[in-house]
Amino acid sequence: MNSVSPMRAAWRRLMRQRINAFALGFLVLLVLLCVFGPMLSNYTQDQQDLELKAAGPSMAHWLGTDQLGRDIATRILHGGRVSLEVGILATAVASFIGVIYGMIAGLTGMKLDSAMMRLVDILYPFPFINFVILLMVIVGREFWIIFVAIGAVEWLTMARVVRGQVLALKNLEFVTAARASGAGFWHILWKHMLPNVIGTVIIYSSLMVPGVMLLEAALSFLGLGIQPPDASWGVLIREGANAMETYPWLLLYPGLFFSATLLALNILGDGLRDAFDPKSMSQQQA
Amino acid sequence: MIRFLVSRTIQGIIVIFAVICVMFAILKSSPGGPFRSERAISPEAMAAKMAHYGLDQPWPVQLWRHLVHYATFDFEESYLFAGRTVDEVIVSGFPVSAAIAIPALLIALGIGVPLGALAALRPNTLEDRGSTLAATLGICTPSMVLGPLIAMFFGLKLRWFNTSGWFDTTDWVLPSITLGIIYSAYIARLTRGSLRETLAQEFIRTAKAKGAGDFAIIFRHALKLACLPVLNFLGPAAAGLLTGSFIVETVFQLPGLGQFFIAAAVNNDHALATAISVFYAALIVGFNLLVDILQAWLNPRIRLQA
Repeated sequence: MNSVSPMRAAWRRLMRQRINAFALGFLVLLVLLCVFGPMLSNYTQDQQDLELKAAGPSMAHWLGTDQLGRDIATRILHGGRVSLEVGILATAVASFIGVIYGMIAGLTGMKLDSAMMRLVDILYPFPFINFVILLMVIVGREFWIIFVAIGAVEWLTMARVVRGQVLALKNLEFVTAARASGAGFWHILWKHMLPNVIGTVIIYSSLMVPGVMLLEAALSFLGLGIQPPDASWGVLIREGANAMETYPWLLLYPGLFFSATLLALNILGDGLRDAFDPKSMSQQQA
Repeated sequence: MIRFLVSRTIQGIIVIFAVICVMFAILKSSPGGPFRSERAISPEAMAAKMAHYGLDQPWPVQLWRHLVHYATFDFEESYLFAGRTVDEVIVSGFPVSAAIAIPALLIALGIGVPLGALAALRPNTLEDRGSTLAATLGICTPSMVLGPLIAMFFGLKLRWFNTSGWFDTTDWVLPSITLGIIYSAYIARLTRGSLRETLAQEFIRTAKAKGAGDFAIIFRHALKLACLPVLNFLGPAAAGLLTGSFIVETVFQLPGLGQFFIAAAVNNDHALATAISVFYAALIVGFNLLVDILQAWLNPRIRLQA
């Protein structure tokens, strides 16, 4: 039996399912397109051609143009970059808070742990979407506020999960050994807990990204997120929904891109869970 | 049981208290007063208005008054809808949201549970793959895309229903279908997962060994246990639907609570924004409590713990 690191083994299990590889490939392609596409395009996302107005697909504009003669393909790729950026950054913020909070609560234990978890219990039923809407209205509709606001409210589940993992880990022998050889709290947290919870963190983060992207799109759709003329997929869907009676493609194209991305993210998230979770692994072998 | 109820009620009150305080903090951090967006009015009129709503007081007094209002169920006047108290505004918007939420939940359960059960009963068959694919597609179609598409097809093409406003007795249909489809996708997924897990357990094998048929196994034995995760999802989902879906109410231009909240937020109506958030939180707390009690009743192994 050749030895492979847990990460590499998980990667192999992930790629064994063709659909996971397909979803990952789609996402990589999409990210590349969203990053480099707008640069290579002949148009900028807010460049207008008022004589053209809304036109169907053509050689010059592959996915057509909107009422202001803006190139849809360029706008979708630009909007995709904004949506993906919000999705990834907000997830990173939420994961960061959740992991630190959960690890500290789990590793300290005792009174601090129960106090910290009581706080999570109290925060759980909060109407966070209302808070985010208010924050957007009050603090301003700027890019960084969107992902900080979303990130600041989405960390609770991560904190619970990570704490559970740390509780299961901290009484194992390697931790006792580390403690016996004089390792401090932060050393154990950083060197022994973090590497062991990282798989779980990856799973839950990947499952969080589509939810966060939906939240951003919802805010933008309500006119409270990304502000025109800048575009995200939520903005494009809003503009498309307003014009769908006459120009249905303005709704369909961004909607298709968004749905396909959510689909790929969901498939990949499920795939990662199966790849990292030993319980579902044993089911596969059985 | 009584200890459980008392302790959960206290926890609920703490949650409401915390929601009021957080809302207060967010709203007080807003630059300018609640009437800044209005036409320029004379300083005297502004001062009179501020005094009318008690906004000339120092903030601890304001917060205290706020809390007293909620503690005594004697609610404040809305800033935006002058002359009406916030509970009157909520009472006027709630029936609209509820008229959409209740059919939506029924649609979601009516589609989701059978679809998920079918997939769980015939694992790795065409039925399983098909229903799982349908559920995944449903989860990946955001309501802001599905809503306009449904409005376009049934409203503008077939002209069966209105696509905006709240005038006819059938205006609830399209919004309910939109929400129902999306929630049914989540319910199908949860049902499939938990029913499969339940069917693998030993008491099901015992039931099969005794000669119980498929139907009896599902309805007498498995579904009771398998519906626990679905209930867990339904609690907060029902609370969210009853306080109005922001997106669907925007798409179909419905005067529900979601629209009232956005109007309150945009117009700095602190009283109404707080009241709707508190209402939402109270519903979530209430439904979670209900779900916990139901779960303990369905699965005697669950002990109600404070």
